[in-house]
Amino acid sequence: MLKKENKTEVIVVGAGPSGVACAITLARAGKEVVLIERGLFSGSKNVFGGAIYTAATKEIFPNFEKEAPVERRNIEHNYLILGEQDSTNISYRKEDNASYSVIRGKFDRWAAEEAKKAGVYLVEETVVRDLIKEKNRVVGVRTELEEFYADVVVLADGVNSLLAKQIGLRSDIETKDVALSVKEVLSLDKDIINQRFHLKDDEGSIVEIFGGPMLGMLGLGFMYTNKDSVTIGLGVTLNELAQANYRPFELLEQLKQHPSVAPLIEGGVLKEYSAHLIPEGGYKKIPKLCDNGVLVVGDAAMLVNNLHWEGTNLAMISGKLAAETVIIALETEDFSKKSLSRYEDKLKQSFVLKDMKTYKDLFDVMHARKQAFLSYYLKKVNAFFEMFTSSDGIPKKDNYWKFIKSIFTDRSIIELFKDAFAILKLLWSILL
Amino acid sequence: MNIDIDKKLYTLKYSPDTESHLKPDKEQCRLCKSKTCTYICPAKVYEWNEEKQELIVNYENCLECGACRIACERKSLDWQYPKGTKGVTFKQG
Repeated sequence: MLKKENKTEVIVVGAGPSGVACAITLARAGKEVVLIERGLFSGSKNVFGGAIYTAATKEIFPNFEKEAPVERRNIEHNYLILGEQDSTNISYRKEDNASYSVIRGKFDRWAAEEAKKAGVYLVEETVVRDLIKEKNRVVGVRTELEEFYADVVVLADGVNSLLAKQIGLRSDIETKDVALSVKEVLSLDKDIINQRFHLKDDEGSIVEIFGGPMLGMLGLGFMYTNKDSVTIGLGVTLNELAQANYRPFELLEQLKQHPSVAPLIEGGVLKEYSAHLIPEGGYKKIPKLCDNGVLVVGDAAMLVNNLHWEGTNLAMISGKLAAETVIIALETEDFSKKSLSRYEDKLKQSFVLKDMKTYKDLFDVMHARKQAFLSYYLKKVNAFFEMFTSSDGIPKKDNYWKFIKSIFTDRSIIELFKDAFAILKLLWSILL
Repeated sequence: MNIDIDKKLYTLKYSPDTESHLKPDKEQCRLCKSKTCTYICPAKVYEWNEEKQELIVNYENCLECGACRIACERKSLDWQYPKGTKGVTFKQG
């Protein structure tokens, strides 16, 4: 319980992966933490693709593999390139436990309970409406009912982070910097899932889907296997949905009906439909990460690796690093921006900002060349295999030359040069 | 494509408030050409009433994703989270 009424050492806003990781790290160090969650329970407003990552999760919950409500251990990654009717699948399988599928309504709730056990004071069903500022420093939060004061406030309030915007840590999000994702969880018998995805016991499979209804758009589809359900969804950048007048759930329906996808989910009964924004602005769009008395973590800080689909791990580690910073701030009683900026240094030294920096140019290139890389070449992959697998009496050599020629008739030399240049530039920025 | 969005939304637990947490500026909506919210919303919360020249907001169906707020071309949507006890509850997420 709180020592003084309405004043604590740290307030964390939002009980998602970053908020819980931050709060529990602080509580374990003996600090007084209030974790405020707007939902009925922690996890009740949270939506993701699917996976949590073992290395990052273990840093917060060393025994989670035994203790947490996880669904399946992902042993297979599929990269499925959809044409209009055909598809090419690249599949990588390895006996592994690098990531697990989870149901957020169960996992986040469990994580928040663990935080409570560690001494975190969890307040659910409470929305933080405003941050309280005194002398240019954040000193607390205003909920619908009352004011809470703290030495430091950590904003883990998710992608929309109205609070980070309110105090000027970032400007409003642009439509090209978020993807709108819709997903469905479909009930299916465990044995059927195992058969269809070639799995046994608790093994799981991830399918990352390119093309299909998202051809030519900066959008990707995904499937995850849970114990007795399959998750299917897609995310498309908001500006492209807006331009094209697409309804997101219509695209999802088209994806579900694709001949390469439909058999995997046949007979699945809709358990839950959901939608969420994914922060995709990348490195260049990361907001200011701290100010006097305040830090920003997780989705609220746009910490998502959009090529590798990682988010929950970046969230957890950012929460942990924020907590470590706050512990020092509490011990030195220095809550200035300068003191809290250690968080930024820690993030820079960790994989979180290193990875985001690696891909800093990725989205710009993809936005600029999406018709090439997210439409033409995807179709060409399928066209190649269509040609390669055909046996229609046409000599193979003729087929090869026809295929090679088609690239030069489909695209002008200038465009081909631009494509090659874009790839080289991208590789350069990633590797150097 | 005709999709019964209500059927999808039936799978969710809602605790609707008596007043809307989504407050568009009606004057701006009349001037808005794209009316992006009416098709971008994954829960079809927004409908344009041609006769009344007014935006209908079925806020009880809101999934609280925030897409409409960002996509609103006139930036004239007052978008707040519902009260702590209200709104959507995801059990799966």
